[in-house]
Amino acid sequence: MPKLADLLVPAPLRKTPKPGEAGVPKTPAPQDLKTSPPERPTDLGRFGEKALEAPMESVAWIDQRMAASGFLTGMLFRKVPKGTNWFYTLGSATLFAFIVQAVTGVFLAMFYTPSTTQAYSSIAHINNDVFLGQFVHGMHKWGASVMVILIFLHMGRTFFFGAYKYPRELNWVIGVVLLILTMTMAFTGYLLPFDQRSYWASIVGININGTGPIVGPYLSDFLRAGPEVGATTLSRFYAIHMLLVPGAIIALIGAHLYLVVKLGTTAPPWTKADKPRIAEPTTLLDAGVAGNGYHPNGTGTIAGVQIDGHGGDGTATA
Amino acid sequence: MKPSEKQAYLEEYELLKKKGKPFFPYAVMKDSVMALIVVGVIIAMSILLGAEQGPKADPTTTTYVPRPEWYFFFLFEVLRVIKPPELVPLATIGIPTICMVLLLLLPFYDRGPERRPERRPLATTAGILTILAMGYLTYAGAVAGSPTEIDMKVAPQYKAGSEVVAGSGCLACHKLGENGNNGPGPELTHIGARIPRAAILRSIEIGPSIMPSFRELPKEKLNELADFLSSLH
Repeated sequence: MPKLADLLVPAPLRKTPKPGEAGVPKTPAPQDLKTSPPERPTDLGRFGEKALEAPMESVAWIDQRMAASGFLTGMLFRKVPKGTNWFYTLGSATLFAFIVQAVTGVFLAMFYTPSTTQAYSSIAHINNDVFLGQFVHGMHKWGASVMVILIFLHMGRTFFFGAYKYPRELNWVIGVVLLILTMTMAFTGYLLPFDQRSYWASIVGININGTGPIVGPYLSDFLRAGPEVGATTLSRFYAIHMLLVPGAIIALIGAHLYLVVKLGTTAPPWTKADKPRIAEPTTLLDAGVAGNGYHPNGTGTIAGVQIDGHGGDGTATA
Repeated sequence: MKPSEKQAYLEEYELLKKKGKPFFPYAVMKDSVMALIVVGVIIAMSILLGAEQGPKADPTTTTYVPRPEWYFFFLFEVLRVIKPPELVPLATIGIPTICMVLLLLLPFYDRGPERRPERRPLATTAGILTILAMGYLTYAGAVAGSPTEIDMKVAPQYKAGSEVVAGSGCLACHKLGENGNNGPGPELTHIGARIPRAAILRSIEIGPSIMPSFRELPKEKLNELADFLSSLH
């Protein structure tokens, strides 16, 4: 009985168990040798046949124009190296926390008013009157802490596994910028509820910036947007929190993920590749597929000759 | 890394990849489980901890002790520990900026081919020390700035009064030993030697000049407060 996960892999990429391994008979079972009965033609009529083809045709229509299927299959079925473990889920977990923040943030923005006179009461309205308001507000508030923790864990994993080294230096730099932007989000979002806590914490934060050398006073003037924290500060923080930084984060996450797919994720530093044994048909097939047709950079689709060592279905895969 | 080492890494990586499994569904399965855990934790925190509002922001208040969110405690603590004014810019912007630049440029000065943490003693030690330092500063920031504690020796019978001082925001305007801001209010470190207990109590209740009145405090707390302050000689 094959595992569900194994069934989801397309046939050319599937690792064929070697004869003699558990669950695989050494000789083909007799029923496998019989040819399957020809499919009974179904009587759907012309309209029915057209309807069945419609989804495939619309996908093909889109792909003719976008030519994205090669990249998508390459991305989806690219191989992750041997030894990949749960530490490697921290990056996607951070991304997921960001998505939670984005979705809950959109709903909060529907009810929030960034003015000094109404901010507090609009949050009170969200908390007390809006359906599931406090729940969504709570998810956004605690989601921020979860995202900060996850991004630090993800960075720790990258650091201790030496994953920032060649050829992934640029992706580390993008990641550090994403960390700074995440902290900016945490700082600017904190003022928005406009209660005592957020108000005074923001004053402390702005004053801390102001004590910095050279650019410090300019930075705090920019953040404060006036002689004291007030209406213009709130709308400025709101714009930074809602438009500027999320846009930058989304763009940089795109670049970060592009590099992840392009360069591949690292293997744990302790994992060693055994030297390949030559002339084993199954590994040759694996090697051919992984190295060429399904590689995301799309090079060399005809560079490797596909060797089908199974004597089975005889499909070419490149 | 020398070009030969780069080449060796890429070859080794290619082999590891051949031995690996497709991203979908194997890695996707793990990522999905992790995503479910993340959203589960966020939902649980939202339900258990809620998102209660504090009192409305009031720029005129003088009794509120400002505290940042927990993930900025380490910065807050660096600022609190480094007191001399000429060093403050270094503490607030200097140290974080230097750390950020060091972090950003990490792959450009750590160029060795070795990736195993136990064979990179310098990097691993630096990393662990950074984590310990940030953990300690976060903890210290969480505890030290706590509005219900004052960092000084207090006799047990005056403990309650010192907590009222801390919790009522007196330190926003008064200096008390190593705690609190020096001004606009007078220093309280030796207040008991200068002013008798009754006068202290009256000042707290009336709120002379710009000081707010603390008449709303319970009688018992006012007495504890006066006991503590008049004990400061």
